Amino acid sequence: MSSHSSNDKLIYMANQIGTFFKAQDTATAPEKIAEHIKKFWDPRMRQAIIAYIDAGGGAGLDPAARQAVETLRPR
Amino acid sequence: MSFVQELDYGTPKSKAAKSVTLTIDGKQVAVPEGTSIMRAAMDAGTEIPKLCATDMLEAFGSCRLCLVEIEGRGGTPASCTTPVADGMVVRTRSERLDRIRKGVMELYASDHAVTSLDRNAGENKYVALLAMADAVGLDDVRYGFDGQRHPNAGIDDSNPYFVFDPAKCIVCSRCVRACEEVQGTFALTISGRGFESIVSAGMNESFLESECVSCGACVQACPTGSLIEKSVLAAQAVDKPADHSVVTTCAYCGVGCSFKAELHGEEVVRMLPYKDGKANHGHSCVKGRFAWGYANHRDRILKPMMRDKTTDPWREVSWQEAIARVGAEFKRLQDTYGKGSIGGITSSRCTDEETFLVQKLVRGGFGNNNVDTCARVCHSPTGYGLSNTFGTSAGTQDFDSVEHADVVVLIGANPTDAHPVFASRMKKRLRQGAKLIVIDPRAIDLVRTPHVAAAYHLPLLPGTNVAMLTALAHVIVTEALVNEAFVRERCEIDAFEDWKAFVSEPKNSPEAVAKTTGVPAELIRKAARLYATGGNGAIYYGLGVSEHSQGSTAVMCIANLAMATGNIGRPGVGVNPLRGQNNVQGSCDMGSFPHELSGYRHVATDAVRESFEKDWGVRLDKEPGLRIPNMLDAAVDGTFKGIYIQGEDILQSDPDTKHVSAGLAAMECVVVQDLFLNETARYAHVFLPGSTFLEKDGTFINAERRIQLVRKVMEPKNGYQDWQITCMIAEAMGYPMRYDHPSEIMDEIARLTPTFSGVSFKLLEEVGSVQWPCNEKAPLGTPVMHIGSFVRGKGRFLITEYVATDEKVGPRFPLLLTTGRILSQYNVGAQTRRTDNVVWHAEDRLEIHPHDAEVRGVKDGDWVKLASRAGETTLRALITERVAPGVVYTTFHHPDTQANVVTTDFSDWATNCPEYKVTAVQISPSNGPTSWQETYEEFSRESRRIASVVAAE
Ligand code: SF4
Ligand code: SF4
Ligand code: FES
Repeated sequence: MSSHSSNDKLIYMANQIGTFFKAQDTATAPEKIAEHIKKFWDPRMRQAIIAYIDAGGGAGLDPAARQAVETLRPR
Repeated sequence: MSFVQELDYGTPKSKAAKSVTLTIDGKQVAVPEGTSIMRAAMDAGTEIPKLCATDMLEAFGSCRLCLVEIEGRGGTPASCTTPVADGMVVRTRSERLDRIRKGVMELYASDHAVTSLDRNAGENKYVALLAMADAVGLDDVRYGFDGQRHPNAGIDDSNPYFVFDPAKCIVCSRCVRACEEVQGTFALTISGRGFESIVSAGMNESFLESECVSCGACVQACPTGSLIEKSVLAAQAVDKPADHSVVTTCAYCGVGCSFKAELHGEEVVRMLPYKDGKANHGHSCVKGRFAWGYANHRDRILKPMMRDKTTDPWREVSWQEAIARVGAEFKRLQDTYGKGSIGGITSSRCTDEETFLVQKLVRGGFGNNNVDTCARVCHSPTGYGLSNTFGTSAGTQDFDSVEHADVVVLIGANPTDAHPVFASRMKKRLRQGAKLIVIDPRAIDLVRTPHVAAAYHLPLLPGTNVAMLTALAHVIVTEALVNEAFVRERCEIDAFEDWKAFVSEPKNSPEAVAKTTGVPAELIRKAARLYATGGNGAIYYGLGVSEHSQGSTAVMCIANLAMATGNIGRPGVGVNPLRGQNNVQGSCDMGSFPHELSGYRHVATDAVRESFEKDWGVRLDKEPGLRIPNMLDAAVDGTFKGIYIQGEDILQSDPDTKHVSAGLAAMECVVVQDLFLNETARYAHVFLPGSTFLEKDGTFINAERRIQLVRKVMEPKNGYQDWQITCMIAEAMGYPMRYDHPSEIMDEIARLTPTFSGVSFKLLEEVGSVQWPCNEKAPLGTPVMHIGSFVRGKGRFLITEYVATDEKVGPRFPLLLTTGRILSQYNVGAQTRRTDNVVWHAEDRLEIHPHDAEVRGVKDGDWVKLASRAGETTLRALITERVAPGVVYTTFHHPDTQANVVTTDFSDWATNCPEYKVTAVQISPSNGPTSWQETYEEFSRESRRIASVVAAE
């Protein structure tokens, strides 16, 4: 998943998920977004979005979604 | 070989609780109050002769054949219309009764076109009238067989599946009543009186021109062979009448009708809806009853085929060669590109057992979780939305529940077209007085149909469901219509309070959303009040809810509404998704999604995964795999290389056709298993011919969670049942899965899935069908869910913030396109297009409001170009006020139309279910197919070539 268009799609999806969980409760949103992504995204999609942040700072990514993605880094 | 026998009790079963005892011919019998004497006699083992009565219909009392004598009452009352009474003493035979019956019967026989009373001569077999003649002891007709008859307008054979021969009609009106009571179409009438009376369709039209929807209920009801299936006459003509019958389940839609397949050897003579079928109670639609001819269509592929490049012609090969190639290719791809480079797609058209095996092959044999199903593109939001609010991924009721509903809310579903048999049940309840609220951009048939009219139709703009449903909640909360007692007892209170505060915000009021939704505030308020206060409120919804960017959110809105009004946990209420394909429910239940194993359990849950690992003897991946759209993205990116697709046509059914083609074209090994060279197969390297539902054993699960047996009535023409083919691939991949019969696969499913632990073929043989959960707690299944408490414990309200889709209208694309389906065609139409059903739907048309048509200079029937940001196609316009100004509508049954060329790849936030229901488009006059359609047509022909083989033998 390296192409520009795939990244756009992942960002779009992450933001869409963010919108839902932010509406539930802004405080818990990052945690819930991360949980959702972990539950439904294949690892290579998760890696791709992390790599995207690492490469350029994550433009276009909603702050809550970005915070969520940060917690997905393999530890 | 024998026929499955069904008794005709003459009148419907009484549902009264009180029992009444009477004596019939000296025998005591106890029956529920309200039962007819005729039915009570049948219970006591006495069949009273009858002609106008049948237990599918209310008693009518016109033929006078069923007369009886009752002690203490004068005359000879009709037993079909006379209810039982305590202590009644009835005689069904006497010299007087015999004489009257014989006389009546003699008149009927002379009216009918039979030329002998021999019950076994040719077509006479289908004339129930003659069985009755026999029963009353009639052995001769004094007036001869050419007595005075009803007028005869000539044979009507306009319907492709049945004929009407007025010469045989005795005007018992069973057909007319079947059309009204069972089907609810009111297409037939009796015109004229006495001997002048005749049955006619519509306003003296032919059946085909009339309102008739070809359900066949009248044919089934006809006791004289006046209405009869053409297939029966054809079989009779070549002296191959049916010699046995087998009960099986329809493979078309989520209603899951039960049928008796009547066969001569291995040839189907006709399909008759089975009265014991708990989903359909003896009724069906045109697809299940008549459109089974595709199984023998010349386009069906029966031999495996291969080719190196998708530009090459196909080459027929042996099964061995094809399977070896699949195994070798998949192994090569995994060696070269990694374990995750291949995957599989399960089919909502195949059996549970077949679906289960495909996901087992992927998880166990491929060693990854890249398995998905076409339910992704229809009802995945239902699973997500309902499991997060109620705790299960399925509808809450059985179909019978609608009989207890007082207010039916229908959202984004068109049951008369997509779920016809359930629609007939619903219409029956509506005729009895239940109220209907329709929330749909389009005026679907149910908004106004004979003897049914919606109390409110809310014609919202496509894409605004969440705004609308939240506004309904706003009214319920702010007008204090919440069922507080239910909410306090059954739901999480904190979540409820949060939700209450949210929906009460002024931005969610009907007045605030009137502009967004295009529906006047007052209408929204009235509808909300009716649902909250009208008694049992039942919500039924379809793809118009799920196929949106906010599909999952809309499902949650629906669940919220049901909880807030306490409409959950008893008959007559609930939240009911109407599923599209026959086994969508089953394919979801069987673990077809990349993140969950059967019974909706996440692959990351160690205990669950370990139980499968132990049973299957293999390590399973604990990370979720790719979903269909992700697989295609990954293919374009070069990390996904091979796919095994069982019985689905993703190229035609998935959105954004160009993206799907690009994904498929980028793969090195595409394996398609289907009946026909479907659209997806143009990108395939290996084609494995599949088998039809008539050729396999297994189970389907319908929209009410009902598990029903599919029984093999003929040998697979392609050589193997689909599950056997999957097993062969597994073997070739070095992961043998061996079963002698699908019942063993079900045993494995039951062993590994707590909600199925009580299910077995043996149980299904015994009781006919069960609704899951079926386990120690509910050994015979669960018709209504969430009684007393929710599956997740307390019900959970969720906040449903409306977010407008990014697919927006603008100056270039000012209209909103929404899509749907029609009765006679099924999904992408691969089967129905190959039957006579095309007489009702030869092409997809674009519905457009007269105003929008006029400003664009488009006239009815004109070719128009339909363009969106994703692509363009052409089709012919149909000008109608069914759609609001600003909205256009089409179906997607025909590949030449390629409606999905214009749909975009926006999708539901939670599940990636595509947003089929909203696309911004522009319409302009056109003079024919677009260049894309022409190239496609050309490519189509090219890619379907099969090299002519020089016979080697
Ligand atoms: S086929 Fe069905 S709709 Fe048509 S006339 Fe008969 S009962 Fe009515
Ligand atoms: S298509 Fe649906 S409604 Fe029609 S017969 Fe089959 S299951 Fe029943
Ligand atoms: S069967 Fe009772 S009157 Fe016809």
